[in-house]
Amino acid sequence: MSFPAPETNDLNRPYWDGLAAGELRHQHCSNCGNNWLPAREACPRCLATDPVWQPASGRGRIVSWVVYHKAYHNAFADRVPYDVSLVELDEGPRLLTNIVDSDAGRALSIGALVELKIEREGDLTLARFRLVSDEGTA
Amino acid sequence: MRGKAVIAGVGHTIYGKHPGRDRISLIVEACRNALQDAGIEKDMVDGVLVKMANSEPSILYGQKVAEALGLQPRVGASLDQGGAANIALISYAAMAVDAGLMDIALVCYGDTPRTGSRQVYHRPRGDDAVFGWYATAAGYAMIHQAYAQKHACRPEHFGAVAVQCRANGAENPQGHLNKPITLDDYMESPLLIEPLRRDDCCLISDGGAAVVVMSAERAKQLGIANAVPVLGFGQGQESWDVHLRPNLTETSAAASADTAFKMAGLEPGNIDVAQLYDCFTVTVLLTLEDYGLAKRGQAGPMAAQGALALDGSLPLNTSGGLLSESGTPGLQLVIEGVRQMRGDARLQIEGAKTCIVSNQGGSMHTHATMILGNPS
Ligand SMILES: [Zn+2]
Repeated sequence: MSFPAPETNDLNRPYWDGLAAGELRHQHCSNCGNNWLPAREACPRCLATDPVWQPASGRGRIVSWVVYHKAYHNAFADRVPYDVSLVELDEGPRLLTNIVDSDAGRALSIGALVELKIEREGDLTLARFRLVSDEGTA
Repeated sequence: MRGKAVIAGVGHTIYGKHPGRDRISLIVEACRNALQDAGIEKDMVDGVLVKMANSEPSILYGQKVAEALGLQPRVGASLDQGGAANIALISYAAMAVDAGLMDIALVCYGDTPRTGSRQVYHRPRGDDAVFGWYATAAGYAMIHQAYAQKHACRPEHFGAVAVQCRANGAENPQGHLNKPITLDDYMESPLLIEPLRRDDCCLISDGGAAVVVMSAERAKQLGIANAVPVLGFGQGQESWDVHLRPNLTETSAAASADTAFKMAGLEPGNIDVAQLYDCFTVTVLLTLEDYGLAKRGQAGPMAAQGALALDGSLPLNTSGGLLSESGTPGLQLVIEGVRQMRGDARLQIEGAKTCIVSNQGGSMHTHATMILGNPS
């Protein structure tokens, strides 16, 4: 069963090209400083156009997560139980992802530090994350 | 707008399975019953407002439904707001009647996701499907997790909501599910999208429902003695993607309730009975807190201590809600609220003078609130 494919277009192509080139990019508004994902033509805070793409540090924190015990698509049938996690990047944008070492969610907690781990999935390059130890926290 | 509009009649089909029937037939049956309940003729209706069918959105749907009702109303529309649409439509009907755009409206809904397609509830959620992000329940699971972690809420707290709604629904022979559960049953029900257990999730039901809206003055003129006044209503909206909301544990239901309370001139402490949208158990806990019916983080313990029972301080979902009466989105809660205010509910709360009803849609995207009072 085919893996679901994102809809790429002129607007979000820099995001997918960035991952293929090994970096996670988000949009940045030169007018108000807002950072966001997913791709939009205008800043959702001040509505200014012509946002620029910037590389993210790749670090963030877990806001929440879920664990699928049932597959709603055959491509995930042999992956259950698997997590889908909500990560807020240090720069502000929020995204959904998988935490690669989550132990089916058992290793996760809200506020846990994570860092980018870009992975290939067939023809796709995906922004997944892994847990990092707390050595950075004061 | 306090008390200017009334719900003069209510009607619905049996909830559950209607194999081979189409959704508009269910709407027509519900409207026929609502008109009979109000004691008015069909041709007096000059407004038809329909909630978009979740399982098959279509354009000009309000006009399609009006045609099946044999009506060419002054005001006709369908609204896409998910489960909040029914209360939203009743409030638009109330204002349109007040403004003189129409005289009497049918607000109605019907759908057949049970015997037809429930694919809408299992669909991939945009480009995030590459991470396995599927199904309506997933957004609620994300919210449930954040809420449970923030408030150290235990599974038993969520379970108390499921047990209460299922107990009330067991007394409702017109409901979809008449099977009570114990807290042990809840705890043992399988995890679907963790932390959601099966029994945290509402039913998927076929069914239709309708209410008749007119001005209080018109109801009086027509001699409709048990017309239930709409004391207040309000709405609040969230952003599209659950994960882009700045706060997962508080919602715009607070704005919705605040508007309704102000219009009604009431406070949370004045509410006698509640019909709260229970698509998932966490929705009830969040709504209790957003509405000010419970302190932040206290809705779970409140439920576990029995406050939502029929003899508790705030009886909840007295006909079973979405968890037991019907998974159809929202109007069944309004109808039960109307019955509680008229005094003819199956599980009648003696002396109840006010009822709050919540509707919400999507993954807590849309919120609508209505406060009902006793017939005057
Ligand atoms: Zn901006």
